[in-house]
Amino acid sequence: MITLIQALLNGLSLGSIYALIALGYTMVYGIAKMLNFAHGDVIMVGAYAVITSVVQAKMPGVLGVVVSIAICALLGVTIEFLAYRPLRKAASLTVLITAIGVSYLLQNVAQLIYGTEQKAFPELFDSIPTLTLGEVSIEGSLLLTLGLTAVIMAALTLFINYTRVGKAMRAVSEDKEAAELMGISVNRTITVTFAIGSVLAAVASVFYGASYTYIRPTTGAMPGIKAFTAAVFGGIGSIPGAMLGGILLGVIEQMSKTYISTKWSDAIVFGVLVLVLVIKPTGLLGKKISEKV
Amino acid sequence: MSHKEYVKEGSRMVPYPSGAIVPERDLNKTPVLEAMHLGIDFGGLTAVDDFSLTVGPTEIAGLIGPNGAGKTTVFNLLTNVYHPTRGNIMLNGYTTAGKTTAQVNQMGVARTFQNIRLFSNLSVLDNVKVGLHNEMKENLLSAMTHMFGYKKQEKQADERALELLDFFHMSSLAYDEAGSLPYGAQRRLEIVRALATSPKILLLDEPAAGMNPSETFELMENIRRIRDTFGIAVMLIEHDMKLVMSICEGICVLDHGKVIAKGTPEEIKANTRVIEAYLGKKTEE
Repeated sequence: MITLIQALLNGLSLGSIYALIALGYTMVYGIAKMLNFAHGDVIMVGAYAVITSVVQAKMPGVLGVVVSIAICALLGVTIEFLAYRPLRKAASLTVLITAIGVSYLLQNVAQLIYGTEQKAFPELFDSIPTLTLGEVSIEGSLLLTLGLTAVIMAALTLFINYTRVGKAMRAVSEDKEAAELMGISVNRTITVTFAIGSVLAAVASVFYGASYTYIRPTTGAMPGIKAFTAAVFGGIGSIPGAMLGGILLGVIEQMSKTYISTKWSDAIVFGVLVLVLVIKPTGLLGKKISEKV
Repeated sequence: MSHKEYVKEGSRMVPYPSGAIVPERDLNKTPVLEAMHLGIDFGGLTAVDDFSLTVGPTEIAGLIGPNGAGKTTVFNLLTNVYHPTRGNIMLNGYTTAGKTTAQVNQMGVARTFQNIRLFSNLSVLDNVKVGLHNEMKENLLSAMTHMFGYKKQEKQADERALELLDFFHMSSLAYDEAGSLPYGAQRRLEIVRALATSPKILLLDEPAAGMNPSETFELMENIRRIRDTFGIAVMLIEHDMKLVMSICEGICVLDHGKVIAKGTPEEIKANTRVIEAYLGKKTEE
């Protein structure tokens, strides 16, 4: 029973990280109608930004996180401006290949700066005490991950549903041309989307770095692909879908690690994805896409 | 661009270069819209050529023509959805060249679509508020810094949106999902959403499509009401000749991308080229 609770909590924490990243994929897909495969590498950049500011520049942890968030937001907006905006009217395959190119570019630039060796991620959350409930002990970083993710998700949901920018985002996601004709700048809306997605990736990078402790230039690839899986799992383009998909994916992964085999966990995770897509091709919360004629 | 000489011709004025009919009350005012020798080619195909038209600030104008004549293309040109290959567009005396579609909307052009294009997952109220978007300049930063004023602004936006909905007796539907509305209500909502952007000219693309005679009659009343209440120009593409002839003051007829006639409803009805264009094209769909 204790193992189960512990595994569930760890799964929720891992799932929170996936969900935060998945939100970036799904929002960009929903609004710009493209798959930003460089999104995973933004996490890697975010983690390195924390290492540089906290370990090398000796900044306090909180400031390091803020720096990382700012750098990621700027990076996301820059990538969109330089790489994707000129391709707004290009075929989706062109944009996809460009995104893969950007991903390799980021990895290689990171390798040039930081080398191929892994670097230790600073222990940011060690001062947070471990919570002990009977025989279950919950690490402080885990609680922080769960709590902050919940707050961020609630804030994002409110933002999308109730603010003017959020409504503009939903309008652009439904019909770019009609939105433009209502005076909404599609480019600006897409910029905001990339900024938000990258900020969430930066937050995810902090939690990811804290739980995996080492960072290397290819660090972003695996959580990136898992989060993308989570976004598809929940229904790509759907914000609650990305949240649900991320959490479920994390729980499934952790459960199979605990009860079946660590080696098989990835196979099981992706197996579940295949199964879900066979039964419901649009993902758990995805809407049926009706083609406009 | 210097202002055109208006040439007096009997009781009405014929502005250069359009030759269109501008109603008497709009004479000697800056036209809301002047299209000058507009043309667009798609590849080698000329979709619209030498399209010139002047619309007065409170005129109800009609754009008619057989299917495939290029009417919707003209609307797309006027909103910079397509950038014209040739010619120039002036809105209230300012050129729209080089502007984005969103900027052209902010300059005062709003439109509806032939096939309804509402944000169907948003509520009726939110659709209108999206239209109000450009009245209240807002970005992420100001949204964060003006947290306190924000609530008040939102309340004002809600009130304004409800007021606009009320104009079409739709305020009771405000919190329904736009996609769930009946067809006629969706058409009306599209007009409200367009009006929310405070246009100076409202472009309606086949507003009566799919409507029964009584709904069409109501629409005619509404178009006049919009013009009178908001003091704006309305330009409509329409196939329902009864509607066009009874509410439009100036009519422009397009065929194969070219203007074949301009004039008052009476003149258009009697024009042989117009009759040919409509009746002599049986092979065209």
